[in-house]
Amino acid sequence: MKQLTNKNSIGWLFVLISVAAITLFYFYPMFDALLLSFQSGMGANLEYVGFDNWSRLLNDPTLRQALINTMTYLMIQVPLMIVLALFFSVILNDPDLKFRGFFRTAIFLPAVTSLVAYSVIFKYMFSVDGIVNQLLMHLNFISEPIAFISDPVWAKVVIILAITWRWTGYNMIFYLSALQNIDRSIYEAARIDGANSFQQFIQITIPMLKPIILFTTITSTIGTLQLFDEVVNITGGGPGIQTISISQYIYDLSFKYTPNFGYAATVSYVIVILVVILSIIQFKVAGEKE
Amino acid sequence: MKKLKKTFIYLFLSIATIISIYPFFWMIVSMTNKSVDVTQGRQLPGTYLFENLRKLFDQVDMVTALTNSAIIAILSTFFTLFIASLAGYGFQMYRSKGKDIVFNILLLSMMIPFASIMIPLYRLFGRISQTAPIIGIDTLAAAFLPTITTAFFIFFFRQNTKMFPKDLIEAGRIDGLSEIGIFFRIFVPTMKTTYAAAAIIAFMNSWNNFLWPLVVLQSPSKQTIPLLISNLGSSYAPDYGMIMSAITIATLPTALVFFFMQKHFVAGMMGSVKG
Repeated sequence: MKQLTNKNSIGWLFVLISVAAITLFYFYPMFDALLLSFQSGMGANLEYVGFDNWSRLLNDPTLRQALINTMTYLMIQVPLMIVLALFFSVILNDPDLKFRGFFRTAIFLPAVTSLVAYSVIFKYMFSVDGIVNQLLMHLNFISEPIAFISDPVWAKVVIILAITWRWTGYNMIFYLSALQNIDRSIYEAARIDGANSFQQFIQITIPMLKPIILFTTITSTIGTLQLFDEVVNITGGGPGIQTISISQYIYDLSFKYTPNFGYAATVSYVIVILVVILSIIQFKVAGEKE
Repeated sequence: MKKLKKTFIYLFLSIATIISIYPFFWMIVSMTNKSVDVTQGRQLPGTYLFENLRKLFDQVDMVTALTNSAIIAILSTFFTLFIASLAGYGFQMYRSKGKDIVFNILLLSMMIPFASIMIPLYRLFGRISQTAPIIGIDTLAAAFLPTITTAFFIFFFRQNTKMFPKDLIEAGRIDGLSEIGIFFRIFVPTMKTTYAAAAIIAFMNSWNNFLWPLVVLQSPSKQTIPLLISNLGSSYAPDYGMIMSAITIATLPTALVFFFMQKHFVAGMMGSVKG
């Protein structure tokens, strides 16, 4: 018995540094942000102001725009990417397909780029004299170049396209590995029962992949809610604040405008609350009991 | 009908491949061309590669940025692997009710968006600056310290520890090794592939990290590669050839790791789901 408790305490030693580091670098900052959300002032001169910051949230046009933008990215980009990734994975799971490895590597390749690097490339590709405009004009789809980056709608489209380019292959790999675990005889049986490929996809593939689809949807949602690198480097949030994300707004409030840490911390809790709510909804929709 | 479907599939995959690869192609081709040629849409390799590289290393402090990024990424990877594997091993091999609860609490930190802790972290390092400026604001240490362990890597190592044969531990105990000795002498050498997979992901995360370095590193001598590229990318009169050289160099390490260690690369990515 004595040896057992001894082993138990040795176990605690193994996890000690991690527990300390995560407490210091994650949980303590969360707590500090909560305290900050009740304070106001410039830089380090803060004083408690009660719920002022929280009521300011309700009447903040920039925050409203940032929320609308982030939700737009989320609602369009995440489903688009998940469907594309599922589609690719089902096609590439066919053992009779030629050049399977090549296609898989090619589609995954964008996932090795740094967010800043690919954002800058996309910004240039979609600039007024960029390659996309040159191509579209060459094909006679348009007669005048489109100002993708400085148009409020097109700028959002470019951001959504960019994120989809970067992450579709990444998510595809998760589905491919899950597909390999599905017993092929299930499909054989379905085929004998007369199910076509679309019915097989809806009735076998989707239900079997449900846990992994849920996982990728949640990670993509959390990722999109924190969107920063792409927006800052492709559009800088512009034109005006038409593409600004919540993370960028928090950054601007803290380091670009007159520093207002208290209000920035309050806005940051909006992301936390959204992450929690959306994760719960996704779990409920997927019917997971865990 | 079946043939038509096949043709459509290959056509679709080919278009997807072109879209996926084209930005890489353009990046590499533009690296060898003059800025003017890039804006005019030149799609062929040129002869301007050395000129672009010379400009990049002369006009911009590329060497400093590369060194800073490498130092931060190597230290971050080393500490993450060491600290998170200790914890993953501890949580799995010395399971107890208390540890399971603590583990689940640590997992909650994965839900915390970085933007929501960035200001408190900045304030924390501001306070550290007053007593220990060597690890405070605007130091390379501050850039990697918050990344020395994450719940993701603890989870990753714990999942992989499940596959580690318990007999080896008993054998170690019989041989008279201490508990920590067993970890270093038996666990670490046996789990090389797990460490390789984790190292790839940790290195990539750090090498590409943008927001925290942007917040905490202020002087030009502390600039990392993503900060440098972001600065170049936002200039009003961009020198495309030079910027594409910088981007290619920045992408090279992760691309090489991917091509030469594809198996570990994917294993690291998957680490978060299996088990």
